[in-house]
Amino acid sequence: MREVTTPLGPEVESWQAGDRILLSGVIYTARDAAHQRMAQEGMPLPWQGQAVYYAGPSPAPPGRPIGSVGPTTSGRMDAFAPLLMAQGLRAMIGKGERADSVVEAMRKYGCVYLAAIGGAGALLGECVKEAEIAAYPDLGPEAVWRLVVEKMPLVVAIDCQGGNLYQSEPPKYRKGGGC
Amino acid sequence: MREIHLSKVTEEVARACLRACHRLGEGMKEALAHARSQEESPLGQWVLEQLLDNAQLAEAGPLPLCQDTGMVVVFAQIGQDVHFTGGNWEEAVAEGVRKAYVEGNLRKSVVSHPLWRENSGDNTPPVIHTRIVPGDEVKLWIMPKGFGSENKSRLFMLNPTEGVEGVKRAVVQTVSEAGGSPCPPTVVGIGVGGTMEQACILAKWALARPVGQKAPDPKVAQLEQEILEELNKLGIGPAGFGGRVTSFAVHMETYPTHIAGLPVAVNLLCHAARHEQVVL
Ligand code: SF4
Repeated sequence: MREVTTPLGPEVESWQAGDRILLSGVIYTARDAAHQRMAQEGMPLPWQGQAVYYAGPSPAPPGRPIGSVGPTTSGRMDAFAPLLMAQGLRAMIGKGERADSVVEAMRKYGCVYLAAIGGAGALLGECVKEAEIAAYPDLGPEAVWRLVVEKMPLVVAIDCQGGNLYQSEPPKYRKGGGC
Repeated sequence: MREIHLSKVTEEVARACLRACHRLGEGMKEALAHARSQEESPLGQWVLEQLLDNAQLAEAGPLPLCQDTGMVVVFAQIGQDVHFTGGNWEEAVAEGVRKAYVEGNLRKSVVSHPLWRENSGDNTPPVIHTRIVPGDEVKLWIMPKGFGSENKSRLFMLNPTEGVEGVKRAVVQTVSEAGGSPCPPTVVGIGVGGTMEQACILAKWALARPVGQKAPDPKVAQLEQEILEELNKLGIGPAGFGGRVTSFAVHMETYPTHIAGLPVAVNLLCHAARHEQVVL
């Protein structure tokens, strides 16, 4: 278990698929609509050393900074991911496989892909200590949120050295047969 | 003739949506605990433990199980001796959804048009399937449906001669291609027969069953078990990080079909399996 705090630097390049991470510090959410807008209108914030979280939270109940906030399927952001990496992004947080083009860009720019547990929205929401909208308030649940998180449980899903949990692990548990 | 005021429907729908988003559907907690005892992969065990913690947090606290509180699907069986008063049936159901999502801090995930994509602001409309049945009761199944798993669902129009093996292949292919995206372990709803749309509706209806409840027809129940065993050989595991438990349960519903066809719909439901039943 590795405890790390954002902003992140070149150290992420040594992380390996399967490493568990407890992440603290500032992260930014962005999902489909926000990515589309960044691609069209330019970046609303400097991504250098930052982590993007593919997520759209549920509204904050009274007395809480935010509602539930688990990851959405990262693959839908594949086309946009290299744009953010070119700006210095060091980590992407989401769920599910990534396209080869994303994995290539990760190696080129030194960025890791971390998986949060899909559907563990309440548990991940409890890790958020502060939240404010950083850009695109008109997008509602798809706005870019600046979150301050504490010990967010993650696992390195794809690293910069070619390791990929989604490819290396299932075959170990696969049984013959199938149909 | 029994009169039911539609405000009662609104109230019950609202309450069921809220409950569903905070409390795992019937059978799911047991399924998670059982999976934890079966799973061999250390990462898989870690995922299942976090999901059990997540369920506890959501049930006790103000945060819903998952931030994707879904698009609401409602199955309704309305007794033919019921007379609704005080408004419009579909509007009354939608009002219940609106109330739960606006007042209950649930995420509004519905856009008013699939192409122009403006958020409707209150998670309406729901998708409503109404059947008229004998009697004077109203039964509702309220299922907020997340789209991580919905997006990985599939329809196959098989040739009749493909038979049981064809159905198995279709389901295994769907679950295999979905990988980690539908938040496995999943519950797999299968609709076999009918017409194209009927197969899809049956697949969704299969998910309304308490998790792990077998089909009443023993031959179908046997097939459910065989398919589940095939799925759990895939190795996808919890969250797609590898493991023995890829699906918790397979639920199959069937309907007569045409001599020329074998429609098969596969609807995936993530571990945030949300369904509530209400009887009025
Ligand atoms: S697939 Fe289900 S558990 Fe996963 S994010 Fe969507 S609603 Fe939540």
